[in-house]
Amino acid sequence: MYSEKVMDHFNNPRNVGEIENASGVGTVGNAKCGDIMRIYLDIDDEGIIRDCKFKTFGCGAAVATSSMATELVKGKSIQEAMQVTNKAVMEALDGLPPVKVHCSLLAEEAIHAALWDYAQKHGITIEGLSRPKSDIHEGEEAEEEDY
Amino acid sequence: MIYLDNAATTKPVPEAVEAMLPYLTEYYGNPSSIYSFSDKSKNVIQDTRDFIAESLHAKSEEIYFTAGGSESDNWAIKAAAEACASKGKHIITSGIEHHAVLHTCQYLEKHGYEVTYVGVDENGILNMEELRAAVREDTILISVMFANNEIGTIQPVREIGELAKEKGILFHTDAVQAYGQIPIDVEELHIDMLSGSGHKFHGPKGIGFLYIRKGVKIRSFIHGGAQERARRAGTENVPGIAGMGAAAKYSFRVMEEKIRKETALRDYLIDRVLSEIPYVRLNGDRSQRLPGNANFSFRFVEGESMLIHLDQKGICASSGSACTSGSLDPSHVLLAIGLPHEIAHGSLRLTLSEETTREELDYVVDNLKEIVSYIRNMSPLYEDFVKEQGRKESEHVQ
Repeated sequence: MYSEKVMDHFNNPRNVGEIENASGVGTVGNAKCGDIMRIYLDIDDEGIIRDCKFKTFGCGAAVATSSMATELVKGKSIQEAMQVTNKAVMEALDGLPPVKVHCSLLAEEAIHAALWDYAQKHGITIEGLSRPKSDIHEGEEAEEEDY
Repeated sequence: MIYLDNAATTKPVPEAVEAMLPYLTEYYGNPSSIYSFSDKSKNVIQDTRDFIAESLHAKSEEIYFTAGGSESDNWAIKAAAEACASKGKHIITSGIEHHAVLHTCQYLEKHGYEVTYVGVDENGILNMEELRAAVREDTILISVMFANNEIGTIQPVREIGELAKEKGILFHTDAVQAYGQIPIDVEELHIDMLSGSGHKFHGPKGIGFLYIRKGVKIRSFIHGGAQERARRAGTENVPGIAGMGAAAKYSFRVMEEKIRKETALRDYLIDRVLSEIPYVRLNGDRSQRLPGNANFSFRFVEGESMLIHLDQKGICASSGSACTSGSLDPSHVLLAIGLPHEIAHGSLRLTLSEETTREELDYVVDNLKEIVSYIRNMSPLYEDFVKEQGRKESEHVQ
């Protein structure tokens, strides 16, 4: 079902944990849908992401996308981190099954939410960043079965 | 490998496989043919029909072979609804049925029928008061499962059967999880129709049966031949029927011992999990449950993650989480017993067979403890919970 890369990140997730006094923290998803992702960022004065940690409640794909997302933003500038889209996360993982694509969206949203938190705390605006949705499934309707 | 997903399917017993082989090789004759070469095929069909009938306390001519449980459920509900449409268009079922029943009912709702979904209590047992209140003048069918596939709860089938009989309503039960596992007497329980599936009791897949009480008004399901008293046309799945017959004989032969053994092991498993893993609950009734079924919910744990970790330890299990259902919602059964979504996502179903050993269960629980703890340490929900607990404790101290 999952690619080798997904299984690798699921089995050996990178950057699991918390950052005390993080520069920015973002939590997205909801328990109702079965996945919650929290990303911690440590950003230095030059605007470089020095460290990134995550905690995730969710399926195999949710854990793997969180892990990959932290890897992709670590050491990057804020603007570079903004380029880490769900597509980039998926590609880095050699793809996800169609039903799991929303997990990669969650990873992108979690990074954005953490950056938003950082921007709020420092009174700055980040180009291209808007207030994160608290629930990524908002407005998403389950496909109706055809009888 | 430790296989604890016997509610999904079971390992075919050697005698079932052996019973099938001749009908896949030398005895390939069409059972409908006249020549004596086909007698073997005819005979094995009759023999299986006789045995299944006897095992249910029914008559041979009341057993119809189908392609499995889902077909049996579809047939029973659609064809009975159609046949009784002049009397009424109201059907009663429960909220925890298998989708083969629920989706069939939803289909009928789109075609002019009304369906009442009766609720269950926190253990998954049908609310009999609600069922009685749901009965109307135009109610034509009650369909309630014998035992639930996820949480193993055994329903008050006798009471339902008595009510249906008293009110002159047809009673269908999906016994896919119960047939071959526990005794069933259709006479005593006033069951009019009953669905069964071969691969749930160590037989082959793609074969099942529907018991239809003699005299029940029901339409044919497949047209085009005289097979199954012209009610379910099509050349019979002879190897499947032979295999299912052998599996049924095996299951009834070992049933008493199997129930005793599985119940003891199941209780051992439940006791260990509940006492050794924190923040866990047992789903389903403690005693009114299938001998081989255990179903737990672990807080702060998502089911699919748990299944992958178990798989890597060689353990086959299942979960009612959204990720395993292919939708965003967790199991409708777990929601129906009142579990919040986040708890339902963390469910784990372990279903035993007569081959399961205590050593296997010890290995599973030992690994499960580590897996649950590992997943919780990665969960932001657990992190919040621990912090909240800490805050409460320090407040308490002050």
